Amino acid sequence: MSEETKEYAYFLGCITPNRYPGIEVATKKVFKEFGIETKEMEGASCCPAPGVFGSFDMYTWLPIAARNLAIAEEMGLEIYVTCNGCYGSLQEADHLLKEHPKLKEKTNEILGKFGREYKGTTEVHHSIVIMHDDIGLDRLKEKVTKPMKDVNVAIHYGCHFLKPSEVRGHGSSETPYILEDIVKAIGAKDVDYKDKLMCCGAGGGVRTADTPTALEWTRQKLVSMIEEGADCVIHPCAFCHLQLDRGQYEMNEAFGTSFDLPVLYVLQLVALAMGFSEKELALDQQTTKMPEKLLK
Amino acid sequence: MGTLVEDLIEWGGGVLGEEHMETLMSCVQCGKCTGGCPSGRITALRTRKLFKMAQENMVEEIFNAPELWYCTTCYTCYERCPKGVKCTDIIRTIRNLAAKAGHMSVPHRKIGVYALKTGHGVPIGPDQMKIRESIGLDEMAPTTQKYKEQLEQFQTICKETGFDALIDFDWDKMNLKE
Repeated sequence: MSEETKEYAYFLGCITPNRYPGIEVATKKVFKEFGIETKEMEGASCCPAPGVFGSFDMYTWLPIAARNLAIAEEMGLEIYVTCNGCYGSLQEADHLLKEHPKLKEKTNEILGKFGREYKGTTEVHHSIVIMHDDIGLDRLKEKVTKPMKDVNVAIHYGCHFLKPSEVRGHGSSETPYILEDIVKAIGAKDVDYKDKLMCCGAGGGVRTADTPTALEWTRQKLVSMIEEGADCVIHPCAFCHLQLDRGQYEMNEAFGTSFDLPVLYVLQLVALAMGFSEKELALDQQTTKMPEKLLK
Repeated sequence: MGTLVEDLIEWGGGVLGEEHMETLMSCVQCGKCTGGCPSGRITALRTRKLFKMAQENMVEEIFNAPELWYCTTCYTCYERCPKGVKCTDIIRTIRNLAAKAGHMSVPHRKIGVYALKTGHGVPIGPDQMKIRESIGLDEMAPTTQKYKEQLEQFQTICKETGFDALIDFDWDKMNLKE
């Protein structure tokens, strides 16, 4: 990518702006450093969550997703997201609507009720792919002023960033590499651990319907990170952030444990390595606390 | 109303494509889905069993199976199935039909209430508004929860598709019916 400014529509979703706005700020700040400008998507809604609304009624899920896509189309911009749920939902909807003209027609009958139309002129990107592929690791390395030396990072991919791989197109879901590359580029070490590719436990409405089960799931995953000496966990998904961060408070309450493994959206860790402060990234306002090691 | 398999192909096929749904008939009960299922480690979810139940038209049993709702839609089974069964999407479709038949939990219906009231499954609260302001953001993002006319578009979709009726939503109370 050239050095010139590129503009994107930032699809915020729910958890990022409404629970962890530090993810929003980190992404905007990091992207701005690389000449990427963000425009707000006025009137956007829930994506809506693919495993939740997609499980309840896919005929409602699709037009809601299409309306969000249409907003970006009206802006003439491509979309980026900071949540795997949003990525899954919007990219899948866009894929289906581009593949099936009849589905597009039926969807537009609904959107037409309020004067909107899905045309199929935008694309949906994940912010970490923009970081990895468009900005690139070399430019990232140049901006690192505080390398994450001796920091052991447990990478958690979540689910809908990689899968289904036939739609996502980021290679094999069993051997991912994008977050590993970013972690190395900022001088940290990624630690392999038993349950690395395991889901966080929250999706598909499981957290909503049965929080203790979702927490037990997350507990098992966190234990397998801690056993390998992780100093923190990074991820590309706001919903995973909620489960991994807030979930530690909830499981300490429910199970009498004392988990405190720092949770960061990957671009929050990148932002720390680029010299932004804990405070401006709202990392001091979440459940898990940042250790000195990440802030030096 | 046909068999459950026919209904799944028709309902799911309308959005995901019929060929996608027909893969259910390729399941040979090898159990790879179940072996790699993270939920199956701690819950009674056995994807192989669900698919056998579907193939054998055990409609009431499958709609009433609590484990149907223990899939997080992680897509591990979908990726690994050696027969190309679109497992996760089939589970989502079974859930759609179960929900239509009245098998939807109260917490799930309440997510729908949040959505109908704000356009968000997870709306903002006062604490998060303060956090947003402390890091230089507007107290509320410019979404459906901020603009009434935008929320109305979201609500129109839900009325058009019958999502409000699906969760038994009362527009006067803006909550679930008694």
